[in-house]
Amino acid sequence: MTDNRVDVAPGEPPRESVSEQDIWTDFLIYTVGLSLAAILTVTSFWVANTSLLWAPGVPAGLAVLAIAQMGVHVVFFLHITTGPDSSNNILALAFGLLIAILVCAGSLVIMANLNANMAEPQMMEMLRRL
Amino acid sequence: MNVSVGIANSSEGRLVDASESGPAPKRTVVGYGFWIFLLSDVVMFSALFAAFAVLAKATAGGPTASQLFDQRNVAVETAVLLLSSYTCGLMSLAIGVRRYSGVVLAAVATFILGAVFLTLELREFHTMIALGATPQRSAFLSAFFTLVGCHGIHITVGLIWLILMLVQLAMWGFRPVVVRRFLCFALFWHALDIIWVMIFTAVYLMGVVR
Repeated sequence: MTDNRVDVAPGEPPRESVSEQDIWTDFLIYTVGLSLAAILTVTSFWVANTSLLWAPGVPAGLAVLAIAQMGVHVVFFLHITTGPDSSNNILALAFGLLIAILVCAGSLVIMANLNANMAEPQMMEMLRRL
Repeated sequence: MNVSVGIANSSEGRLVDASESGPAPKRTVVGYGFWIFLLSDVVMFSALFAAFAVLAKATAGGPTASQLFDQRNVAVETAVLLLSSYTCGLMSLAIGVRRYSGVVLAAVATFILGAVFLTLELREFHTMIALGATPQRSAFLSAFFTLVGCHGIHITVGLIWLILMLVQLAMWGFRPVVVRRFLCFALFWHALDIIWVMIFTAVYLMGVVR
C-alpha cells in the first residue's frame, strides 16, 4: 500500500488483499480494543466511586482515563494510524481537536474570569445608592 | 476493501507519488469527506460540552447532578454502547470478506444494542422529568438535556440509517456504493461511542464526584 502511496480512508485497515488470516488479525484488533476500552471504563467508574483515592485528584484522573479511552477507540476501532497513508486523516483530526479544545478551554477560562470579576450583590446595591 | 484494491492495482505498483498516481479512489475520498463531517460534529459537541461545563453548578436551587444521576444506569448504557461499537466493527469485517449472513447478524446485534441504549436513555429522561427536573428548571438541566439529548438524536439517526443500509444491502448486494455507505456508517457509529466516553466522564462521573 505504501508503494502506491494511496491514502487510506479512515475506518478501514490498510490492506492489499483480504485473506482468512487477515480477518483473524482484524478480529483480534477489535477484540483487543474492546478489552482495553472495557478496562478503562471499569477503572473510571471505580475511580469515581472509591474513597481510597485522594479526592481532589479524582477529576484529573477521570479526564486522563477518558482521553486514554478515546485514544483506544481511535486506534483500534477507527484505525487512525501514524502511517504516511493516514497523514491526511491525522491532520484533520488534529485540527478538529484544536478547535474543540479552544472552544472548551476558552469558554471555561472566560466564564471563570467573568465570575471572578463579577460584583457581589451587596456591592451592586451600594453602587446603586451612590 | 476490494474496491480500493482494484483501483490501486490499476496504477501498476510503480513507486509513484500521491500527486502522480491520479485522483484518490472514490472510497478514500468519500471516507475522508465523511471524516471531515464527523470532526465538524465533534466541534459542535465541544460547544455543547463547553456550555455544560460552564453551567454545571448553575442549579438555581433545583436538583443537582449527584441527586439525579443513577450510576448503575449509566454503567449499563456505557457497556451496551461499547458492545454495539464492537459489533459494528465486526460488521465492517464481514463486509470486507463479503459475507452476507455475517453482515446481517452483526448489523442486527448493533441495532438491538443501540436500541437498548436509546431506551435506557429515554427512561432516564422520563424519570428525571417526572421528578420535576425538566430542561426549564435550571441552566444546568438545560445544558444537560441539550448535550445528552443531542447525542441521543445522533443515535436515533444512526439506527434509522442502519435499517436503510440493511434494506439497500438486501436490494443491491455488495455494490461499491453500498460498501462505501457502510464504511461511513461504521465511522459515524464509532465516533458516537467516542463522544459518549466524554459524556459519561464529564457529565455523569464528574457530576457525582463534585
